[in-house]
Amino acid sequence: MSKDNQILEELTSKDYEHGWSVDMEVDEAATGLNEDIIKWISAKKEEPQWLLEWRLKAFKTWQEMKEPDWANVTYPKIDLQALKYYSAPKKSNKPKSLDEIDPELLQIYERLGISLNEQKKLQGIAVDAVLDSVSVGTTFKHTLSKLGIVFCSFSEAVKEHPELVKKYLGSVVPITDNYYAALNSAVFSDGSFCYIPAGVRCPMELSTYFRINAANTGQFERTLIVAEESSYVSYLEGCTAPQRDENQLHAAVVEIYAAKHAEVKYSTVQNWFPGDKNGKGGIYNFVTKRGICAGDYSKISWTQVETGSAVTWKYPSCILKGDHSIGEFYSVAVTNNYQQADTGTKMIHIGKNTKSRIVSKGISAGKSQNSYRGQVQVMKRATNARNFSQCDSLLMGDRCGAHTFPYIDIQNPTAKVEHEATTSKIGEDQLFYCNQRGIATEDAVALIVNGYAKEVLNQLPMEFAVEAQKLLALTLEGSVG
Amino acid sequence: MTTITKNKATDQFLENIAYFSNFQELRNESLAFLKNTGLPHSKEEEYKFTQISKKIEQNISTFLAADKISISAELIKSNLFEGFEGDVVVFNNGLFIEELSSISSPGYTLSKLSDSNSELLGSVAKIENDPFVALNNLSFEDGIHIKTEKGKKVEKPILFLYFNQANQGQIIQPRVLIEVAENSEVTFIENTVSQDEETYFSNTVVEVKVAQNAHAYYYRLQNENRKAISVTNFATDIHRYATFTSVALQLQADMLRNNLTLNLLDKGCVGNMYGLYLLNGKTHVDNHTNVDHTKPNSDSNELYKGILTDSARGVFNGKIFVRQDAQKTNAFQQNNNILLSENAIINTKPQLEIWADDVKCSHGCTTGQLDEEALFYLQARGIGKEQARGLLLYAVAGEVLEQIAYEPFKAYCIQLVEDRLGSSF
Repeated sequence: MSKDNQILEELTSKDYEHGWSVDMEVDEAATGLNEDIIKWISAKKEEPQWLLEWRLKAFKTWQEMKEPDWANVTYPKIDLQALKYYSAPKKSNKPKSLDEIDPELLQIYERLGISLNEQKKLQGIAVDAVLDSVSVGTTFKHTLSKLGIVFCSFSEAVKEHPELVKKYLGSVVPITDNYYAALNSAVFSDGSFCYIPAGVRCPMELSTYFRINAANTGQFERTLIVAEESSYVSYLEGCTAPQRDENQLHAAVVEIYAAKHAEVKYSTVQNWFPGDKNGKGGIYNFVTKRGICAGDYSKISWTQVETGSAVTWKYPSCILKGDHSIGEFYSVAVTNNYQQADTGTKMIHIGKNTKSRIVSKGISAGKSQNSYRGQVQVMKRATNARNFSQCDSLLMGDRCGAHTFPYIDIQNPTAKVEHEATTSKIGEDQLFYCNQRGIATEDAVALIVNGYAKEVLNQLPMEFAVEAQKLLALTLEGSVG
Repeated sequence: MTTITKNKATDQFLENIAYFSNFQELRNESLAFLKNTGLPHSKEEEYKFTQISKKIEQNISTFLAADKISISAELIKSNLFEGFEGDVVVFNNGLFIEELSSISSPGYTLSKLSDSNSELLGSVAKIENDPFVALNNLSFEDGIHIKTEKGKKVEKPILFLYFNQANQGQIIQPRVLIEVAENSEVTFIENTVSQDEETYFSNTVVEVKVAQNAHAYYYRLQNENRKAISVTNFATDIHRYATFTSVALQLQADMLRNNLTLNLLDKGCVGNMYGLYLLNGKTHVDNHTNVDHTKPNSDSNELYKGILTDSARGVFNGKIFVRQDAQKTNAFQQNNNILLSENAIINTKPQLEIWADDVKCSHGCTTGQLDEEALFYLQARGIGKEQARGLLLYAVAGEVLEQIAYEPFKAYCIQLVEDRLGSSF
């Protein structure tokens, strides 16, 4: 075994750093999925009638749908009836300040390096921390509310801004959209809601950290971001999850609505538990993310760094409806061991002079499978649409796979669409060049991978970029054999 | 209207097609397969943009083999392009006609499939790959089997001339099996002649085995009538150090679907695929190519270009598979399209699936229109707008046509393309 292989071995056999769980009393729904459970969840959350009806409608739709099988991933069938659809830390009263929050909970965040206190304030991030399903703490609310910005948990939004929720919920991802979106619509537990009024530029990065904690609980987050005319918001989402032996399902829905001249930037660092080195355990991450550039000159930008999950199935998309609107997708997806990722984007050009840009960088190592699946669609009346797509794959080791499935559908002669893809491994000459100049192979790999992913990492907000770089280095250092 | 897709009255459709008593094993296997799957419906990924089954259901009323038409020596002569010298293999509605063909060149033999009983038949084009292979297996009447001699080069090209004409859109099912023996070389040219302007449905299967160190070239022209519906499954097994080159030119039909499969089975083989589709009217052309690299050090090159106007629709799907053992593979794929009208549509999907790490694979795909600046440049130098457009379009097409190594055929294709670009584009 060469030295490189040893390094790879050491790294890949490393236990998941964030893998632990804290025993807490939880308030759970009964196992299984039926109308009664949905009614129970809705009642538990004190939801209005219209939302319950909406959930039930989604459930009916879902019952008639089939689990999709087109993605390039394989996993044992999930028994959705064996899951619990609601789990919340038991609390009789809603906490009003951080002091009231369970110290055990705070401990979790500390171990993750997330603190809900002064430190965060200094960094200028408002954190809406989600543990399992209920929002437990929100900071910076006052600063934001002065500007008219609403940033709160989804259940709070339902109570306090029902008219906004009613107007935008399901407007970008309808309940009929796909199997998991329908399931989410029926049973979503909580999530984040963000509303930026017209003309407001959100002064800080909005951020939410998701954690999965209780065993056997599917996590069904629902995020809704509405940016009114000429507003701007940058939203951060990050995930870490404790080690589990059973596969856990995560089927979130994220909806973004951008009005005229509005700009929304959505960044994700995803590091769910990927399963151990034999492919045991790990999170199933089946997410529907979509934004609509509804107004002219609006812009939605997705940036993601995907390093975790046993199976990922995720396509953040943009519907470019407004004239001159812009959609962007920047992605780094890293898979190792037995991970499988089928990820990409959809850019649907409807308005005139719309532009989109796709940069996808896949890195596969170990025995993993990494797929890019993307669609660029130019509708008939989308004159002068412009798209540039680049999807590169880097293979490390001869047991992994890299796949590309781009769909390009053009119905307008003025469209200019370009797509490029390459697949290669880290060049031996590049490594040799670095070695020659006194850079160890391991460092050279980190250097090259970082350079390879730079185009995407550059798009991340500062705080995230650091975290993402660490994650990349951790997952891949020395994995060239 | 006869229903032919899955979940519908497949059995009834299968009862109404022609059966022959030979090749029983192949036919039984295919019948079982078709009973199970039916022909592809529009929800199937591979036929998402080309609803060929619907087209067939709407236009073809009988699935009996098309009646033979009368073909004279003069007709054949009039369909040879200028400067052609070589053997001509004539097909009458898909069936080989020995009397009208001229098979005299040294270096190869040609026999009917019913006489040769080759075990190779059905092993290169697999039914799992496409239900239309099963349909052809099930009901082709007879086909031809060409074998080259080891170490010989067939000096002159072999021309396949297909004369098609059917009543009520009957079915035409040519079947060709080609064995290119070790160290031999051969060139094929295929041209389809529609005898009238009426609908027919042709479902062709061509199987080619290129043995060690052999070289084969296959040039195909599809310029059929505006009601022609055609599906072709062209499958090739390429062995050690052998090369196979395909150049396809598609100009006209109602709906064309071509599945081109190259299995690179051993070290050092090379597969080249070139295609040009120049479409107007309502022509719908779908090219699915599939290259499978299974062993180290093999290369594949692919270039497909399209120019579309009116309500034409082009579909391109290029798959490249690089298996775990296929280290040091070079695989390149390029698809460029130009849309000239509002109603033209292009759907393209260049697809890479790679399981080996020491490889160089890339694909590129563009869709756009003519460069305004290039047009202006030419106009500024005194070239009229129409002429400048033609010049630029021809430059796009030329790259593919250049790949035809047989000069008289290249000249003929260039003429066809020039005429097309000069008239309706």
